[in-house]
Amino acid sequence: MSLFSFARKARRPRSAQTAKDRLQILLAHERSGGGVEKTDYLPLLQRDIVAAIRKYVAITENDVEIRMERGDQMSSLEINIEMPRGAPR
Amino acid sequence: MTIELKEKPPLGRVIVITSGKGGVGKTTSAAAISAGLAKQGFRTVVIDFDVGLRNLDMTMGCERRVVFDFINVIQGDARLKQAMIRDKRLDNLFILPTSQTRDKNALTKEGVEKVLDDLKQEFDYIVCDSPAGIEHGAQMAMFFADEAVVVTNPEVSSVRDSDRVLGLLSSQTKRAETADAEPVKAQVLLTRHDPARVRSGEMMTVEDVLEILAVPLLGVIPESPAILRASNIGTPVVLDEPSVARRAYEDAVRRLTGTEVEMRIEGEHRPKLFQRLFGRAS
Repeated sequence: MSLFSFARKARRPRSAQTAKDRLQILLAHERSGGGVEKTDYLPLLQRDIVAAIRKYVAITENDVEIRMERGDQMSSLEINIEMPRGAPR
Repeated sequence: MTIELKEKPPLGRVIVITSGKGGVGKTTSAAAISAGLAKQGFRTVVIDFDVGLRNLDMTMGCERRVVFDFINVIQGDARLKQAMIRDKRLDNLFILPTSQTRDKNALTKEGVEKVLDDLKQEFDYIVCDSPAGIEHGAQMAMFFADEAVVVTNPEVSSVRDSDRVLGLLSSQTKRAETADAEPVKAQVLLTRHDPARVRSGEMMTVEDVLEILAVPLLGVIPESPAILRASNIGTPVVLDEPSVARRAYEDAVRRLTGTEVEMRIEGEHRPKLFQRLFGRAS
């Protein structure tokens, strides 16, 4: 029982720490404008990428998928482009 | 988690989570209810209507993965499929975050209707998390609703605001404006309920609140440390460890999907053994 209550006690503060960590990462992005204004470039970026690839291959906007994962040190932007089966046009 | 997915066609049911008053548990409830529906196998999407004060993403724990949002979709800058974030725990649960920057007038009635119509083609439940207040954002969140969950605390200002919102649901919605449409099915979800304080006469009873609001009860969510914990870690209450709050939300979700579940009113500090032995039956 004492072991159990120790485990419970140890677990509680962890969720508060998680909350603080999550907020620090998120707010760092938002305050620098990285999470707010700057992500507004993503629709434009997508349009440019599609336009650039279209010069060579027939793709549509539906073939592009953009994902983001923000971290405290760095964020990653993942862009998947589904290429049609056929050769370049 | 293995889930048996419901087969087509999608139900396309729109549920607004609203309250009028802020801080009563709308977003917590929207997260718990949508995750609860998904856990039952329903294809579910939850939409944040609180433009400029996005928080559903944090409650769902996907704040780092937001790329496009609801407003981008309305304005044609992104496709719906790109803006929806698939939950990492349940693959039939999606989150449509709102914009942190635009002003709420970007939510046009036509734009919202188009997005909801598209979602109805693919989802069983579309849960709309309303902002506090009764301004534009809240009106847009409720306008196309088939059902409403009015989140209420057993406290005077919350009950008063819920009454106001119930009035709007029966007059300022598409169903209210459409001749011979059934009215929005509104139900009260009583949150932050504390049986000990009710017993000592410090808090209005469930019956008191229902007598005033005169709408059916969807559930009673007890005041519970599990709520803050779930918010801290970005997990909907029903996907976190067992708690009385989780159980109360699960019951409410089952009622929402048409199952009759006996109303149990629990507190966090009830005798644990009694709860273990009898509380889980039914």
